[in-house]
Amino acid sequence: MDDGAAVAGVEAVFREEHGRLLATLVHGFGDLDLAEEVAADAVEAALLHWPREGVPRRPGAWLLTTARRKAVDRLRRDRAYAARLALLRADAERADPAPPPTPGDDDIPDERLRLFFACCHPALPMEARTALTLRCLGGMDTPQVARLFMVPTATMAQRIVRAKRKIREARIPFRVPAADELADRLPGVLHVLYLVFTEGYAAGTGAALQRLDLADEAIRLTRILLRLLPDEREVAGLLALMLLVDARRDARVDAEGALVLLDDQDRGRWDGDRIEEGRTLVVRALTGGPPGPYGVQAAIAALHVEAADVATTDWPQIVALYDVLDRLAPSPAVALNRAVAVAMRDGPAAGLALLDDLRDEPRLQGRHLLPAARADLLRRLGRTEEAAAEYRAALTHVDNGVEREFLARRLAALGGDGLGGTGRAERRGDRAGDQ
Amino acid sequence: MKYMLLIYSTEPAQAPDPAVLAPMMKAYEDFTKAVHDAGVWLAGDALQGRASATSVRVDDAGARLVTDGPYAETREVLGGYYLLDVPDLDAALDWAARCPGSQNGGTIEVRPIREFAAS
Repeated sequence: MDDGAAVAGVEAVFREEHGRLLATLVHGFGDLDLAEEVAADAVEAALLHWPREGVPRRPGAWLLTTARRKAVDRLRRDRAYAARLALLRADAERADPAPPPTPGDDDIPDERLRLFFACCHPALPMEARTALTLRCLGGMDTPQVARLFMVPTATMAQRIVRAKRKIREARIPFRVPAADELADRLPGVLHVLYLVFTEGYAAGTGAALQRLDLADEAIRLTRILLRLLPDEREVAGLLALMLLVDARRDARVDAEGALVLLDDQDRGRWDGDRIEEGRTLVVRALTGGPPGPYGVQAAIAALHVEAADVATTDWPQIVALYDVLDRLAPSPAVALNRAVAVAMRDGPAAGLALLDDLRDEPRLQGRHLLPAARADLLRRLGRTEEAAAEYRAALTHVDNGVEREFLARRLAALGGDGLGGTGRAERRGDRAGDQ
Repeated sequence: MKYMLLIYSTEPAQAPDPAVLAPMMKAYEDFTKAVHDAGVWLAGDALQGRASATSVRVDDAGARLVTDGPYAETREVLGGYYLLDVPDLDAALDWAARCPGSQNGGTIEVRPIREFAAS
């Protein structure tokens, strides 16, 4: 075996095994820092041995055995540390007496669920939750996580160090909430995965519209969570939602990297496998009890992909689902999307009236979403001057470069007098393409 | 592991109505009994109101500076505390949520007690 292939092989195995390895070590030693340190040691040993001796038959078990041996060495060298950990263990046993292990592949118990609940703990700041989840469960290093969130590595490193310190000092436990607490705690975990996904799907800032690595990673982690909690319908709902939205990723952006709206997307470029899997999961999410917010959002996404085009989309059903969502998880974003769906069902004027009700909504101030939605409906009503004003308002707030370009093109395509200088310059070329 | 539950609330302008106060006192008694019964209670007290507070500061020259009033002039004041010994933060948060101090508009700040290794 040549060295390059061996190293790539080790890295691939490690990415897959990292979360399980780390979770098992954390459970065994009760300390995230020690677990991370010896997991890294084990990988270093693998990089040394596997190219010469070949990848072992059970790489996960090999890594775990090696890491445990490293940890025992470390604790033998540092008695004070060992004493502190022993104390931690005693307290942990008091809180969580020896639960039955969940067997995973390789007969190593799968402890990742504990790690999900610790990384997504509500006592940690939200930005640390997403970062820790990607690092501990996704097996990414700090520079990778920093790149994905487009912050300097030093900033991300500080975030992670602070979060780990809080886990240690406030003693955030590595345990799965009891059945009666799960309803309280699971939405927090799902929200973190959803944030990772939406950050990848519609990057808030920067030049590219989509950061696919983040979306892929969110889907991978949600799949793991669903394997660990197969009966939780909202986990199925979240995975369905991600798959159905992600199925359209190739069609959302044209060859030049410009945004393509649902109306204009080439539906032949949607990912059939993802749609199929997503639709199966929607059924699972909505069967056997009252629906949850992710299940309902997934159902809306399913209605979008099931239609042949925008005109034949089942808008009455979509409005009805937004009504359900508005009861389950009311938010300005839900109200805004509902208004847009009503505009599709009853005409732009009806949608506009609903958007007017959101004018004073504090959570929509300083963002481009409301003016952009109003602009589109005003444009469809032929109220060009008002539409132009709203497009300009939207442009002052939008952060994403591709979305900015789209709004500028729409503004330019309105034509007429009194538009901004740049709008006039771009107008001629873009008008045909936009219709 | 020891945690301090710091109870913050807005101090009412005048003495509360006994009809409001009685059930509140009863709720605190019940909570105090519950933490005792669970064997997690270490200490706990209610503080006199902010009008009774005096702040002290000693400057670099060693002069004592005494001022009337609480340290921080905020709307929410520290009204009392519980010191509990529980296994982890989740257990501390569970107790904080059961404490009347986190209800009816109050907030409880949960802080782990810093342990210094014996030398």
